[in-house]
Amino acid sequence: MNKAILAKKLGMTQIFDAEGRAIPVTVLEAGPCTVIDKRTPDRDGYTAIQIGFKAVKENRLNKPQLGHFAKAGVAPLKFVREMRLVDTEGYEVGQEIRADIFKPGDYVDVTGISKGKGFAGSIKRHGHSRGPMTHGSRYQRGPGSLGAVDAARVFKGHKLPGRMGGDKVTSQKLKVVKVDAGKNLLLVRGAVPGPRNGLLVIKNSVKAS
Amino acid sequence: MDLIKHVEKEYLKEEIPVFSPGDTVRVHFKVVEGTRERTQVFEGVVIQRKGHGVAENFTVRRVSYGVGVERSFPIHSPKIEKIEVMRKGLVRRSKLYYLRKLRGKAARIKEIRR
Repeated sequence: MNKAILAKKLGMTQIFDAEGRAIPVTVLEAGPCTVIDKRTPDRDGYTAIQIGFKAVKENRLNKPQLGHFAKAGVAPLKFVREMRLVDTEGYEVGQEIRADIFKPGDYVDVTGISKGKGFAGSIKRHGHSRGPMTHGSRYQRGPGSLGAVDAARVFKGHKLPGRMGGDKVTSQKLKVVKVDAGKNLLLVRGAVPGPRNGLLVIKNSVKAS
Repeated sequence: MDLIKHVEKEYLKEEIPVFSPGDTVRVHFKVVEGTRERTQVFEGVVIQRKGHGVAENFTVRRVSYGVGVERSFPIHSPKIEKIEVMRKGLVRRSKLYYLRKLRGKAARIKEIRR
């Protein structure tokens, strides 16, 4: 299976299924995306398609970028991403990819950039537990021991406070609840990474059998 | 945001009776027992309404055999067949959590007469 599309996160809500249960869903504006280029094993050594999402004014792009779109014969697009697929058969340059490549019941992996949390302590960042707040405790939210004295240094990878969020995060195996091809909407069960209006990459799930 | 409204619109019920905390309502709720479906009625005082849009909920409280029972329902749930408003109550709060501490006569709510 070989499906990939770019999407914008619109926000979360809930809907009712056939049994009347409320299901939390994230609404995604998926596509329409345009295939701009194809990577082939002969020329590039791997297979992939380059797809673009969201129309953009010509004066927002520079000449090399416009030239790339002109070569493919497609209108300029804001976001351009390469999707590595097992095989690119069935995809042609200029072809449109719409939300209806997925159908309800499919499982997808959604990749996005998580919300930035700034400089966060080790409790928030690594899930450490805190010390007692009272009874004379002088250890509340600290990172704890940094290791043995003998090593005379802190080992690499030690969990300490620092920048949190803003990472590339993939939520795997999310169920597609509903597809609205007319409005290019994809409803996915549960939460997806990133803020509202963030760019997401949706691929068919690697874990779904 | 408009597209989210568009998604929710399909799940919103068109007609919901006007009721607010303090009112006594009868909720006709569909329950599935094994293979057959029947309607259960839960009557009590609405002690809160919260959320908005398709996610709006309300909680109904009743005292049965001396034990307080509260049930929350999503207003737009397709499992709710209908909501009957039995009487309008006169209350000054939007959340009637204080009723949980009261018993018997003290837990009565004055009716709005018009």
